[in-house]
Amino acid sequence: MTETEAPAETVATDRRTLLEARDLRVEFASRGRRARAVDGVNLAVGEGEIVALVGESGCGKTTLARTLLGLERPTAGTVHFDGEPLKYGSKALKNYRKQVQLVLQDPTGSLNPRHTVYEAVAEGPRIHGLPDEEEIVNSALSRAGLRPPERFLLRYPHELSGGQRQRVVIAGALALNPKVLIADEPVASLDASVRGEILALMLKLRDELGLSALVVTHDLGLAWNIADRVAVMYLGRIVESGPVEQVLTAPRHPYTQALLSVLPESPERVVLTGEPPDPTRIPGGCRFHARCQVLASGKAAEAGVDARCRGELLDILPASAGAQAACYYADATG
Amino acid sequence: MTAPLEAVEPAATQAAGPAGDDRPARRGILRYALSKAGGALFSIAMVIVGTFFLFRLLPGDPVRALAQGRNMTPEQLDLERRKLGLDQPLINQFFDFVGDTLRFDFGMSYEYKRPVLDLIGDRIGATLLLAGVGLAVAVSLGIWQGMRAGWRHGSRFDKFSTGTSLVLWSVPTFWLGLLLLLVFGAYFKIFPSRGIQSVDAPDGFAYVLDVAHHMVLPVITLVGVVYAQYLLVMRSSLLDEVGQDYVTTARAKGLRDDDVRRRHAVPNALLPTVTLVFMRVGFVVGGAVTVETIFSWPGLGQLFYEAVRVPDFTLMQGTFMLITVAVIIMNTLADVVYHILDPRVRSA
Ligand SMILES: Nc1ncnc2c1ncn2[C@@H]1O[C@H](COP(=O)(O)OP(=O)(O)OP(=O)(O)O)[C@@H](O)[C@H]1O
Ligand code: SF4
Ligand SMILES: [Mg+2]
Repeated sequence: MTETEAPAETVATDRRTLLEARDLRVEFASRGRRARAVDGVNLAVGEGEIVALVGESGCGKTTLARTLLGLERPTAGTVHFDGEPLKYGSKALKNYRKQVQLVLQDPTGSLNPRHTVYEAVAEGPRIHGLPDEEEIVNSALSRAGLRPPERFLLRYPHELSGGQRQRVVIAGALALNPKVLIADEPVASLDASVRGEILALMLKLRDELGLSALVVTHDLGLAWNIADRVAVMYLGRIVESGPVEQVLTAPRHPYTQALLSVLPESPERVVLTGEPPDPTRIPGGCRFHARCQVLASGKAAEAGVDARCRGELLDILPASAGAQAACYYADATG
Repeated sequence: MTAPLEAVEPAATQAAGPAGDDRPARRGILRYALSKAGGALFSIAMVIVGTFFLFRLLPGDPVRALAQGRNMTPEQLDLERRKLGLDQPLINQFFDFVGDTLRFDFGMSYEYKRPVLDLIGDRIGATLLLAGVGLAVAVSLGIWQGMRAGWRHGSRFDKFSTGTSLVLWSVPTFWLGLLLLLVFGAYFKIFPSRGIQSVDAPDGFAYVLDVAHHMVLPVITLVGVVYAQYLLVMRSSLLDEVGQDYVTTARAKGLRDDDVRRRHAVPNALLPTVTLVFMRVGFVVGGAVTVETIFSWPGLGQLFYEAVRVPDFTLMQGTFMLITVAVIIMNTLADVVYHILDPRVRSA
């Protein structure tokens, strides 16, 4: 519990922290076992900042995102918004919805097929009883790049292209005038040709509206293109985080190095061995040790950290803005 | 101004504007409806042709049936045959038949010595009453229970509803009917077990009550065997909808659970269910036919049953065509209604 008090001051950054996870844990009961989908995460998103959350499938990115949105209740730890811990009463949650909005991967599924664009975008303002609904809808559509908005109001989702649909979803989020967007793989289901457009839109929204965003992705190139900061997640925990240039050009955690090595530019490819991670069986020591190429190659032993890799639990990384990695080898070798 | 009205407002300006997006869609529906109607007409024509040959291939000699065991000389039989036009070549008989049918002249019943159309007219009300009330009860009960079961998926209510409906679904209609008849009609004598009204039927409102009283067991039987499909389809389509991303999106916007259900999940889940209601009208009519024979309900089903027993070919033919054509029309309506309700298929 003392851990949860600490991070507020450790966020040494020029930006004010808006959305924050403090020692967040989310567990599911999975066939009689506990799946620790999120297993101790500190993560902060500053004002006007875009943070990319990367990691392989099943590492807990979506669960973390849903918990930050208040759609999932944490087993332990807290979500803070604007310095206040999130409360789960229905009224408090409803107010929170105006601050933090969601964009999901598949815009076709995110839109009710029987609601027009107008109804989809007007839903948020209606729920919150905002005045001048039409005005809000029109301006949200324009800001999302659907211009002139009148042309789209009466369309149904199936009459739009994938990119247009995702713009409608984004407009629906913008209609509540939120401070943070949480986007779970926002372009993964779109054609390559429109991915760039949607990313450009998110950058524009950040520049023009000061919108912060947490973008969940397993695409490092995407993280590179839009994020200020990147957090790498492995098996329920952030293993490395920091400014995007630093983490992606000089990765310190072996897992990040392995992720980056599959990019075409990379000189040599690291193939991870061992079983795929299972949140119901998180190994002791460093949770990555069974697959770690640094440990396997004996480099960790050279640095004299191999025993700790296998046997000693790592500290949870704080929600710091600077570059950091949860790895004994990285610590030992500087 | 209420919220839904506001949503409509831009529609007005849109339709007037150059974009007018909804017009092609509407024209699409009309074209679709027309093509479906064309298909239905073709099916109906096939039914008429099919009926003609089917009933001439059936075993049994109508004239002998007419004679009903009375001793008739071959000359007398010939005379009867001529009267019925059965001495004509098949092709002439066929054109006569088609012409008559198109004029809604289904001929005379051998058995009742009355026009088939009159007999159908006498009986159709009772069938419509039974099938209509049964359908309405089955659909509302099925949708309501399926909705609750799906929303509280895995709950006691869900297990109970799904279980009972499946048991009733697998029970044969006549078995359930006979059971109810024996228990509540014969043993406890709470409900009348045959007919649509008492012998000394009262007048006015008391008559309505009397008919309602007679309807209880037949309606329960009919509902019992048909409502499971509505329940199960409603339940599974609601489950489908609840798992959709747009439900998550709506929740993330702050929509209360009740409203998520009312505004998103239920309307979308109703779509397949409503379609099913129309598609399975034929099935309900089939159920009603069986129920009518169990409870001696004086409807088309019983009429058909009697016609088969005699056998009274013209009567069989007439009721058969009527029921088949009604089912074709309902299925066509189902297609068109589905088209109107689901914007996704509209543009296809
Ligand atoms: N509601 C749930 N009940 C049980 N287990 C769950 C639930 N939601 C997620 N999990 C488990 O938690 C783990 C993390 O899942 P999550 O969806 O957060 O991963 P992810 O990083 O988003 O993966 P992907 O990249 O495939 O979307 C998985 O092992 C998953 O099986
Ligand atoms: S702590 Fe050890 S096992 Fe874990 S990533 Fe670093 S070197 Fe590999
Ligand atoms: Mg995910």
